[in-house]
Amino acid sequence: MSDYTAIEQPQDAGFGDFVQLLKPRVMSLVVFTAMVGLLVAPAHVHPFVAFVSILFIALGGGASGALNMWYDADIDAVMRRTRARPIPAGRIAPGEALGLGLALSGVSCLMLGLAANWFAAAFLAFTIFFYVGVYTMWLKRLTPQNIVIGGAAGAFPPMIGWAVATGGVSVESILMFMLIFMWTPPHFWALALFMKDDYSKAGVPMLTVTHGRAATRSHIFVYTLLLAPFALALAASPVGGPVTLSAALVLNVWFIRGALRLWRRPEQQAEADGYRAEKAFFKFSLAYLFLHFSALLADAALRGYGLATWWQGL
Amino acid sequence: MSFRPEHELHRRRWSRNLGLGALLAAFVALVFVLTLVKVSRQDQFGNPPGAAQASAPAAANGVQP
Repeated sequence: MSDYTAIEQPQDAGFGDFVQLLKPRVMSLVVFTAMVGLLVAPAHVHPFVAFVSILFIALGGGASGALNMWYDADIDAVMRRTRARPIPAGRIAPGEALGLGLALSGVSCLMLGLAANWFAAAFLAFTIFFYVGVYTMWLKRLTPQNIVIGGAAGAFPPMIGWAVATGGVSVESILMFMLIFMWTPPHFWALALFMKDDYSKAGVPMLTVTHGRAATRSHIFVYTLLLAPFALALAASPVGGPVTLSAALVLNVWFIRGALRLWRRPEQQAEADGYRAEKAFFKFSLAYLFLHFSALLADAALRGYGLATWWQGL
Repeated sequence: MSFRPEHELHRRRWSRNLGLGALLAAFVALVFVLTLVKVSRQDQFGNPPGAAQASAPAAANGVQP
């Protein structure tokens, strides 16, 4: 046997496979929310330091994505949505994903500490631990509330962005956390409603599997109701303003209306129209978060140009 | 058996190596610029920005910073 035949493996990973391992779509949400957290904070950060900080927060998010794919490879292989991921598809060995995830976790925390401050770095390390240790390894396969508590991991980035600028935690950053934390369950449960058999086949105790689809619909509705006060409180906080308040009012009314529609919908009707309302609700939930954080940025810009002084006087 | 560099396997490895090389170069450039930014923002005693103001009231009260 020559050397050539020894190295010829049909499933050799390309660069794109390693990028896919970092869950780039989740990273984009991390980048955006962390950036807003950093920009609305009442402290000046040098633009390059801000750029480097966001970059390594995103890399930390990517590292936790790789560790999640390493641990969940067995589940991913069963689910239609995830079976083309690099590990179940056989393009990347589980050990490679573990090594990459651990190395990037270390590099991202270390670089964030050097670029910004060690509180933000410790916060990033805790977020990675929470996503991988608490959500992926512990809760995901154990309880139907997995999404609720695991959602905290996705809610930390704006707090880390805020910590980069201020070196600490405050009411405003906790409200930004709560907005994502309360938004996550309705977002993922809507996905679970139309990704019908995936979670049950994989044995993941999603609410749709353990408590049924009607209970999931009512949970979605209750969470959208609980979400609204946090959105309004954020608008009334020092980082809020007229744009955030307007956005919070419109987006939450729309979100609650959509959830009410899902709650009233019988399963047969949803099945008959191919889960149209559920898919629309899921898409709107993405827009909800993006527009809410964009509104915070718009208010920060208004404050920066001195255009919202009448609001601050209220 | 002849060695065929145009094999699909080599293309994938080339993309991986090129990507990794570009990433390492970008990382070196990033650390270099970050160092420049950090160093240029220090005051004459090597303190980071804000540290001088923080110690100013203490100095005004006769306390050694």
